[in-house]
Amino acid sequence: MSDAFVSLSDLTLAYGESIAVPNLNLDIQQGELIALLGPSGCGKTTTMRAIAGLMPAKSGTITIDGRDVTRVPANKRGIGLVFQSYALFPHLSAFENAAFGLRLQRRPESDIRSRTQAALEIVGLAHLAARKPSEMSGGQQQRLALARSLVMEPKVLLLDEPLSNLDARLRLEMRTELQRLQRETGITMVFVTHDQSEALALADRVVLMRDGVIEQIGPPDSLYNTPVTAFAADFMGFENIFAVEGTSLSSDQGALAVSYGADAPFLGWRPGAVRLGSGSHEARVRSVAFAGGHREYVLDTQIGPVRADVDIAAPVFAVDDAVMFDLPQETAHPLKAS
Amino acid sequence: MTARWPTWLILGLTLTFLIGPFLIIIFAGLSAGNSLAFPPQGLSLKWYLKVFTIESFHASFALSMFLAVFGTLAALVIGIPAAYALNRYDIPGAETIKTAVAAPIIVPGIIVGLALLRYLVVPLDVTITMALFVAHTALVLPYAVRVVSSSLQNLRVDMEEAAILLGCTRLQAFTKVVLPNIRGGVLAAFILGFVTSFNEVPVSLFLSGPGVRTMPIDMLSYMEITYDPSVAALSALLAFMCVAIVFTAEKFLGFSRYV
Repeated sequence: MSDAFVSLSDLTLAYGESIAVPNLNLDIQQGELIALLGPSGCGKTTTMRAIAGLMPAKSGTITIDGRDVTRVPANKRGIGLVFQSYALFPHLSAFENAAFGLRLQRRPESDIRSRTQAALEIVGLAHLAARKPSEMSGGQQQRLALARSLVMEPKVLLLDEPLSNLDARLRLEMRTELQRLQRETGITMVFVTHDQSEALALADRVVLMRDGVIEQIGPPDSLYNTPVTAFAADFMGFENIFAVEGTSLSSDQGALAVSYGADAPFLGWRPGAVRLGSGSHEARVRSVAFAGGHREYVLDTQIGPVRADVDIAAPVFAVDDAVMFDLPQETAHPLKAS
Repeated sequence: MTARWPTWLILGLTLTFLIGPFLIIIFAGLSAGNSLAFPPQGLSLKWYLKVFTIESFHASFALSMFLAVFGTLAALVIGIPAAYALNRYDIPGAETIKTAVAAPIIVPGIIVGLALLRYLVVPLDVTITMALFVAHTALVLPYAVRVVSSSLQNLRVDMEEAAILLGCTRLQAFTKVVLPNIRGGVLAAFILGFVTSFNEVPVSLFLSGPGVRTMPIDMLSYMEITYDPSVAALSALLAFMCVAIVFTAEKFLGFSRYV
């Protein structure tokens, strides 16, 4: 046993006969903010539901705060979950939504009032306590769902795609809010997302999942800068990933002879790592887009499309221009197959 | 633009066809004469008042009320959990079950009545009231299941999960979260069931026996003997009652959203 606050060991989750998550091992420290990241169907939501107790474990154990909760029903685990749809109770006011869990525990009325009020204040909704959820904006509804979980002082707070339903401005607001909450309450949070920028911006540690298996786990900067596998690199914005065969790069669309080889089976370049305007390979500009500080090019090359970001001060090429480019060895990132 | 009159004509004829009988019955009951006729022979309220003095109508009204209220309640007690199970659990053959539940609506009442008489009342020696109660519950059950189902479909499953994570048992999640949110559908199902049961004729016709008759059956047999305007007056009163119930429901619940 580790000293982790939340510990999943050899956890296997299945829908009927089909195994969604085989043998997962994950330790989460107290007060940590963890992101479960991956494409849809990677098992991240299933894993979150298993921590909450909404999904039974086929085998393996889940311990929270030193207690084996694998067989503890969801209503006795003391875990909060903010649903993607918020799942507020439409027949109750904001106040009664937030007070719901405390009322179930038959606490004294004064206790319920003060704790609910405090939770609504934390999320900045105290002035809307009498409103029905249907009379609140999406952002307000989400903060209410957050307050409804927080009022129970859960050991772990789970969030399902907390930012995906919000517009850009609210997204930033909610991100700041969640980080502040975590700092102020020290609560352990696990959130699920398919958006790598969300995961990187918010989490202390990112767990990248693929087909029910943890592909890579680490702090945002290490995941961003040193993805280990081609899959992880693809997810982290290495848009140019090619297989290495001897001294040539290849994709399913062709091959390109280069002056170097590599120990790794794959090499990856971010768009910013591609050299454009000089080099030893020919390409044709398929598209160019202005993106503030740089221009984003898509090139038609011998090995299919190559993406290149070039500084705004560099010479501009137009669509259909012939250009020279390079995938330089010194900016290449070696990758394992997975 | 001038060619709008055919549209209005069709609309007028349709409305006359739908509302006309109702108006005829109201006025036939207001007759001062002694036989059922339209237009009425003079105007008087005597037949409307006479209705309340006919002994057998008291008993049959009470029976019909009992069947409509308790038969529908029984159908809801069975139908709500059934609708919940059909919607929330992955039951093999759920679609078949849904169709089977609707059978009493699709199968002609005469067949249902005959079957119940032949295989329930006669061999098991069930009392007539009991047989009527069972029959009406079965007839109303499809409405209960259908109407409650459509309310449940609009209610997200994660709301129940949220309640469970806040400490509810499954049953508490149902009573504290699901039920309050399908309340409109349940009431709509009740009203629909009530009206259906109260106006039901064919099945009750088979099951009614000596001294035990539902209101519509009693009216039929009254008419066989006495052809006076009191039946028209009673019909009008019952129609007003049903209209009032549905109208109230529409006003306070938006009944038509559920049906």
